[in-house]
Amino acid sequence: MTTDIQNYLNDFDQLQTNDWFAKNRQSALNLFKETGFPNTRQENWKYTDVRPIARKSFSNINDQKTTVSPDNVNAIRFTDLDCIELVFINGIYSVEHSRINELPMNVVVENLADALATDNKLLEKHLSQYADNKISPFTALNTAFIQHGTYINVPDNVVIERPINLLFLSKENPSPFATHPRNLIIMGNHAQTTIIESYIGLDEANYFTNAVTEISLSENAILKHYKIQQESQRAYHIGNLNVMQNKDSKLESHSIALGGSLVRNDIHGQLADEGAEIIMNGLYMTNDKQHVDNHTRVDHLKPHTFSTENYRGVLNGNSRAVFNGKVVVHPQAQKIEAHQNNANLLLSDDAEIDTKPELEIYADDVKCSHGATVGQLDQDMLFYLRSRAIDEETARSLLTYAFADEVISKITLPEIKQRLEYLVVGQLPDAALIREFTNE
Amino acid sequence: MLKIENLHTKVDNKTILKGLNLSVEAGEVHAIMGPNGSGKSTLANVLAGRDGYEVSKGSVTYQDQDLLELAPEERAWAGVFLAFQYPVEIPGVNNVYLLKAAVNAVRKFRGEPELDAVEFLSLVKEKMKLVKMKEDLLNRSVNEGFSGGEKKRNEIFQMAVLEPKLAILDETDSGLDIDALKIVAEGVNSLRNKDRAIVLVTHYQRLLDYIKPDHVHVLSDGKIIKSGGPELALELEEKGYDWVKEAAA
Amino acid sequence: MSTNTENVEDLVRKEYEHGFVTDIDTDTVPPGLNEDIITFISRKKEEPEWLLEWRLKAYRQWLKMEDPTWAHLDIEHIDYQAISYYSAPKSKDDAPKSLDEVDPKLLETYEKLGIPLQEQKMLAGVAVDAVFDSVSVATTFKEKLADAGVIFCSFSEAVKDHPDLVKKYLGSVVPAADNFFAALNSAVFTDGSFCYIPKGVRCPMELSTYFRINASNTGQFERTLIVADEASHVSYLEGCTAPMRDENQLHAAVVELVALEDAEIKYSTVQNWYPGDENGVGGIYNFVTKRGDCRGNNSRISWTQVETGSAITWKYPSCILKGNNSIGEFYSVAVTNNHQQADTGTKMIHLGKNTRSTIISKGISARHAQNAYRGLVKISKNADNARNYTQCDSLLMGDQCGAHTFPYIEAKNSSATVEHEATTSKIGEDQLFYCMQRGIAEEDAVNMIVNGFCKEVFKELPMEFAVEAQKLLGVTLEGAVG
Repeated sequence: MTTDIQNYLNDFDQLQTNDWFAKNRQSALNLFKETGFPNTRQENWKYTDVRPIARKSFSNINDQKTTVSPDNVNAIRFTDLDCIELVFINGIYSVEHSRINELPMNVVVENLADALATDNKLLEKHLSQYADNKISPFTALNTAFIQHGTYINVPDNVVIERPINLLFLSKENPSPFATHPRNLIIMGNHAQTTIIESYIGLDEANYFTNAVTEISLSENAILKHYKIQQESQRAYHIGNLNVMQNKDSKLESHSIALGGSLVRNDIHGQLADEGAEIIMNGLYMTNDKQHVDNHTRVDHLKPHTFSTENYRGVLNGNSRAVFNGKVVVHPQAQKIEAHQNNANLLLSDDAEIDTKPELEIYADDVKCSHGATVGQLDQDMLFYLRSRAIDEETARSLLTYAFADEVISKITLPEIKQRLEYLVVGQLPDAALIREFTNE
Repeated sequence: MLKIENLHTKVDNKTILKGLNLSVEAGEVHAIMGPNGSGKSTLANVLAGRDGYEVSKGSVTYQDQDLLELAPEERAWAGVFLAFQYPVEIPGVNNVYLLKAAVNAVRKFRGEPELDAVEFLSLVKEKMKLVKMKEDLLNRSVNEGFSGGEKKRNEIFQMAVLEPKLAILDETDSGLDIDALKIVAEGVNSLRNKDRAIVLVTHYQRLLDYIKPDHVHVLSDGKIIKSGGPELALELEEKGYDWVKEAAA
Repeated sequence: MSTNTENVEDLVRKEYEHGFVTDIDTDTVPPGLNEDIITFISRKKEEPEWLLEWRLKAYRQWLKMEDPTWAHLDIEHIDYQAISYYSAPKSKDDAPKSLDEVDPKLLETYEKLGIPLQEQKMLAGVAVDAVFDSVSVATTFKEKLADAGVIFCSFSEAVKDHPDLVKKYLGSVVPAADNFFAALNSAVFTDGSFCYIPKGVRCPMELSTYFRINASNTGQFERTLIVADEASHVSYLEGCTAPMRDENQLHAAVVELVALEDAEIKYSTVQNWYPGDENGVGGIYNFVTKRGDCRGNNSRISWTQVETGSAITWKYPSCILKGNNSIGEFYSVAVTNNHQQADTGTKMIHLGKNTRSTIISKGISARHAQNAYRGLVKISKNADNARNYTQCDSLLMGDQCGAHTFPYIEAKNSSATVEHEATTSKIGEDQLFYCMQRGIAEEDAVNMIVNGFCKEVFKELPMEFAVEAQKLLGVTLEGAVG
């Protein structure tokens, strides 16, 4: 394994800075050095083999400023969405393309690298507190390379109306590169906001995104979080979302995975006080040789906490998807409710789904359920459409769209919803026809 | 038969009944009416002994014994029957089986011999006619997949089989269409006799068109604020609850 | 219902009804495991050379293996050298020719267990092959079965009388080194049952084996092999008990089922090994490998289990659905109380076309017990139109217990339909209150509701077993709600 990680060790020595976080970086690297990349003998990685990532020698140093024209960025932006926007190109924050303006009083939205350069007590208190380096070697690796990313602090009682869009663009480089974006979102009591993380490959670039997002929600804070992953077809994407939820706080997470060749998303929610609620919606659409793995874990640590999860997958080509949803109800966490569902549509005989919803319950006064299905399109519905003169292929596309739209339709931000509906349709055969049907 | 004196009851630390007095004699039918949230269902549940209803003050005497001392099943053995507002579904437990166990538990308490299968079935067949129960409901799991009307009919059917001394009918009319209401009411009327007391807890006057009460009480904010004969129900229907509240205030 | 808590406490302490020890001489080898012991067992049983070789090969593989740790179980270290691997009632040396010659004390034991071994007391149509510790003691109804062409005998007899059949099928479903416990069993198994149903025969009666661990410090390693030839049908029952002892005892059995074309095997288990006392001292470690192979087209294997005993249960009765249109079923009730732990479930491996499987699992956990369902549904690439339906429900009684669900679904065929549903909840207070309002005592109400919860599984059991299972459930859980 040592050869696999050698380039990371070398790059680390070059990048290590002398700020207050240096010690944490070093210990995270040591941890990574010890464990190396995970393997399929580990239960958490049973169905996902990361050797393609481990074998490749990525450069972690992206100082040669890759540039992207404003037109290129505009093509990707939510042009019709009035938002605060931070743009990163190959992992490096771009002042030129970012638009941080009209922030409410005392709200901080900035590049994490800038925040790290200052003496910031709040940052020290929260950074690397919620994402556990011990749980995933990739998180440890990210922590070792923390530099660019987003630091957001929404103080008590502040409601930010405009969504914050974090745009991570990746573009072909002479040599394969790795980026380790790190985002820290701190929400005060009764604070409220919407954050979008978009990961987009501009061309057939060959790279590895290793992102970690940490979220702390204080009492009654409400965060809507969207993750839209459209990495290039050759890219590797590992994403970790970790949230610590206080009393009566609410996280609504929507995770849409469309791109990437080898993708792993982890969400870890900790419901640390009464009334905390997490909602997780997810959609993965895979094709060709894509491999997309979604792992979620919710810890109900206190009574009267709630979790709901609904993930759906549409698998085509030779692709493979993995779902693992775990709910842990800790001792004394009575009167909790946890509901979880994973539904999959297999469109091709060469596609594979491995799904495992798990419940681990150590309290008795609970209402928990989970379900998982693997199946095809409903034959009756198909027949109905065809008897109404719709050809079979279109009917199939339409029903597939309807299946995926169960997740998309839960998105409340119309601009994102439209964009996603457009993207989802784009993945289906007969896209143009479907657009006619659905645009009524 | 039943004497409730100055009853105070808390649910989740909130006081719902605040000094309720009521006296019911054998052979009487009492209707307790009141707006939503007045404490009607709380009263029914306290009398049946449901967990979570804390009596902070007052007493309930039933046939010269302290009813509040008894466990729910002991109350049932002593002849107290509650027809539930929302009868619960119990998957896998056969309706007839539950009833047979219940009948024999009561008989055992009374020192009577348990009924064998044949005796029990003839009793069941006879009582089913009272509420026009469909036979297939008997062999289904308790209330599982029953319509709202079927559940309520099943309650009255159980009452007929168990022959209680004091029957408390909690919102038995809610959710019933007029035909179902008539059937249920007929069933209840046929069970009226000089030894049995019936307490109807209801929000609507409608039920009282079919089951004529001897006494009508208005429950408001945890107390009975007005009592009278059947004419009181009609008056309520006409003028609404606010009228009594104002009069009492 | 707070008023009842005191008597509830007493009720929970209900003692294990089957905890008596039979005092007869046993012929037991000293504890320890090595090639000599295995050779001793094999020689003692006058086995052919190939079987000794098979055992030794398994043993050598086992030496290289480690105890599995993936289950959701807290297992104390087991010293495999402290276990005695052979224990036979002395009277075996001059084997009984008829029941009259069987040690009366032994018969008494069976009667205490309620096993009707003597023919006149038999429940009509049940043939019993009773395994006492390690050696099969007596088999009844042999003649009637022989008329139908059914072979039903102890494994040792089968090795002697039907070596070709044994050699052909032994280890063909569960290979000798399949897993740690199966390898151990393959090396040291002492006896068990063998059953062969010839082509086209519908076995005229339910076959039954009753297992019992008696001697202390012994492990029980029985091996069952059932082969249902083309278009045959058999229903097989297995019951287990063990006396109360302070130390843990190991039970590592292997059961192999083979169903050829159009054949059907129904295998039912009521497991009531000693669970240990209320503080978790003693009890059986029940580490069992059970697997059925639907080898032929249109074959069907159905597992039904009611697991109320054992300190630790580790078992996953599985079906390999090789034949087209074959059907696998798993119906399970697992009850854990006090400090019992169970990690149980099934594997349904769909290989053939149009294969179907159903999994119904009911877990009940009370007191400090931990109960896990672990299952795998695998749809391989060629299993066109495979169907699976899984329903896993857990009922919790008491705030110290745990209920866990770990279902694995692996699907590689686009025409497959897999449905998994699971729920976990507390025993319904509304349901309890409703029953009590109708005059039913709390304990009976709990029984009634729990039995209702398990009904889908109980209805799969043959009548006599269903009644026993319901009683066992009542005994195991009495007063567990407080």
